[in-house]
Amino acid sequence: MSGQLEAGEPPKLVGLSPDGALELGHAPQAKPESRAVPSLLDRRLVVVTGKGGVGKTTVAAALGLLAARAGKRTVICEVAEQERLSDLFGVDASGHDERELAPNLHSVSVDPELAKEEWLRYQLKSGTLAGVLGGSSVFRYLSAAAPGLSELVTIGKVWDLAQLERRTGGSVFDLAIVDAPATGHGIAMLRAPSTYAGVARVGPIRRQALQIDAFLRDRKRTAVVVVALAEEMPVNETLELERRLSEEMEMAIDRAVVNAVYPERFTREEAERLRAVAEDGAVSATRSRGAGTDAAVRAALAEHERVRGQRSQVRRLRRGLEAPVATLPFLFEPELQLEQLDHLARRLERAL
Amino acid sequence: MIDRWLQRKQICICAGSGGVGKTTTSAAIALGMAARGKKVAVLTIDPARRLANSLGLPELGNEERQVEVDGLDGELWAMMLDPKRTFDEIVAWHAPDERTRDAVLSNRIYQELSNAVAGSQEYMAMEKLHELHQEGRYDLLVLDTPPTRNALDFLDAPRRLTEFVDSKTLQLFAAPAGIGLKLLGRGTGVVFSVMKRATGIDLLADMGEFFRSFGGMTEGFRERAALVNDLLSDSRTAFVLVTSPRRHALEDAVWFHHRLMEGGMPFAGVIANRVHQGGDAADGAALGAELGDQLAAKVLRAYEDERRLAERDRAGLAELRRRIGRKPIVQVPHLHDDVHDLDGLRQMDEYLFGRKRPARPGARG
Repeated sequence: MSGQLEAGEPPKLVGLSPDGALELGHAPQAKPESRAVPSLLDRRLVVVTGKGGVGKTTVAAALGLLAARAGKRTVICEVAEQERLSDLFGVDASGHDERELAPNLHSVSVDPELAKEEWLRYQLKSGTLAGVLGGSSVFRYLSAAAPGLSELVTIGKVWDLAQLERRTGGSVFDLAIVDAPATGHGIAMLRAPSTYAGVARVGPIRRQALQIDAFLRDRKRTAVVVVALAEEMPVNETLELERRLSEEMEMAIDRAVVNAVYPERFTREEAERLRAVAEDGAVSATRSRGAGTDAAVRAALAEHERVRGQRSQVRRLRRGLEAPVATLPFLFEPELQLEQLDHLARRLERAL
Repeated sequence: MIDRWLQRKQICICAGSGGVGKTTTSAAIALGMAARGKKVAVLTIDPARRLANSLGLPELGNEERQVEVDGLDGELWAMMLDPKRTFDEIVAWHAPDERTRDAVLSNRIYQELSNAVAGSQEYMAMEKLHELHQEGRYDLLVLDTPPTRNALDFLDAPRRLTEFVDSKTLQLFAAPAGIGLKLLGRGTGVVFSVMKRATGIDLLADMGEFFRSFGGMTEGFRERAALVNDLLSDSRTAFVLVTSPRRHALEDAVWFHHRLMEGGMPFAGVIANRVHQGGDAADGAALGAELGDQLAAKVLRAYEDERRLAERDRAGLAELRRRIGRKPIVQVPHLHDDVHDLDGLRQMDEYLFGRKRPARPGARG
């Protein structure tokens, strides 16, 4: 079986060779049951999480772009008061309302307060009653103290966006992608429904919390993508996240994406050569080599060292993680623009 | 540099958005000050064990642990705050008797509140900070704040808690069952029954019980929260903003700075991590003569990429300087290896404490 391509299953991108070409083959970490679940973009919901600052929004946007191009009506949900997608796609921010970013691609920035109102309206089947309640200072006060209610309505809104029949009466999407909070808070959000079901003693909301919880844990419908960097601490955090998801939620990571991996420009021999030249700096001064030229050699060597460090971190992640690992290249562009996002989306496509 | 910021300071709070190296920077500051003769404790509420990682400890607990490092003139201690345990300890401390304590600790609302409610973790960090400061066992406490987007929630936390325990609602709940409700006025009963339907929590029963037992501790909590608030704005405290030169991090830094100023917090300066260095343009012909055309071309490409990033970083930091005014900004270059151990922290030390400045040929301002 090993090394043999399964019929009907395209080869997966497992890494980049030193010259930047794609290495094709089966990801060695792919577990047997991964074939039993639909491919990533064929689920209803994709949860994108990972350590702060690793590029979660970028990966969520790239996945969204891919899905939209594949003809899926897709929505990306931003949480935790951020609205970076509108910026990236050059459209006006519109907060809690759904907005179109590109053909087939929409986004929503979930506002817990508004989500709470929507939730109330749905739960009470009455706008008037919900209005009365929402306007009550006692309610506002106590609902702020009701443990986990904000987290529940946030993930509840995400869940609703992923439903074939929307509870809140909005339009239906083929796929929802949530740009979730950083690791620890991300887990708290995923756990909110089961936490809440434990607190709520009565009625429909408990049932619904359990329903959301079941949806999140169903790998046929919900996928988890973790974004990392090829550095010590993000790798540790990713390994830890997989362990916690499995122990606390009985959930698995579908795919880890290591973002911002440097290109391998220099062979070992070339690096040796550069090192010799760098150490020979004093000699070169007599040859009137400019300061910038020395700096160039040093910068090249520094990059080479960084690349080696990254390689060993990616190896460590692949060894330690059960989920398959894909990589995305570091982009030297000063700021991410649509063009680069498109490039990343295409790279991601080959890796999925 | 940093040692000057922290002269006569007893508390250093590191704030900033996620992924900018806040935990690492906190550890490097603590290590650096310990190396300069101080007895320092560094605290984190980061559940991902990054601090333990960077200090080479297998893990950290709710108690301080000494980090054994050769060649320190002072001492370095580290701890991970456990918000839930801290909350429990505070309840136990404020409770007038054992029965009240147990009633609160076993109340379901309390159990979830202390675990899951936004801001309570941050508040607990401040509480612990206050407690350690009171005990006076350290010359300097360095706090690594949580990596949330609302990373300054903790500034509001004492005020929010004070409002919470001060509120009329709580007072009414503290009254014997029934009386409070009547005082809340007609219609409140309806609100509660609708709420029960909407939230599924029997708030009247659960929260009533919670607030009744909690009510007796109101005064103690209020005093504590006021003390914590005072401590944050005290001249013995220094806020250090950690950022990276990337656009989103810088935007957050400007916002953080604004919030700190607005709150009258003692702001010390900015630490910008992972700044690309760049340098003067290279002479392609000279490189080619030495390395051969093929290798020289690769080196040039790598160097040009680095210089573009350096240009971006320089522009970003100039913009930051323009927007926060004349505040010190310390730059730590993008080091070859990512910093995650004691060696890395020592490398950062040179930049943080000013023995070394990033070489920035051709840089202005």
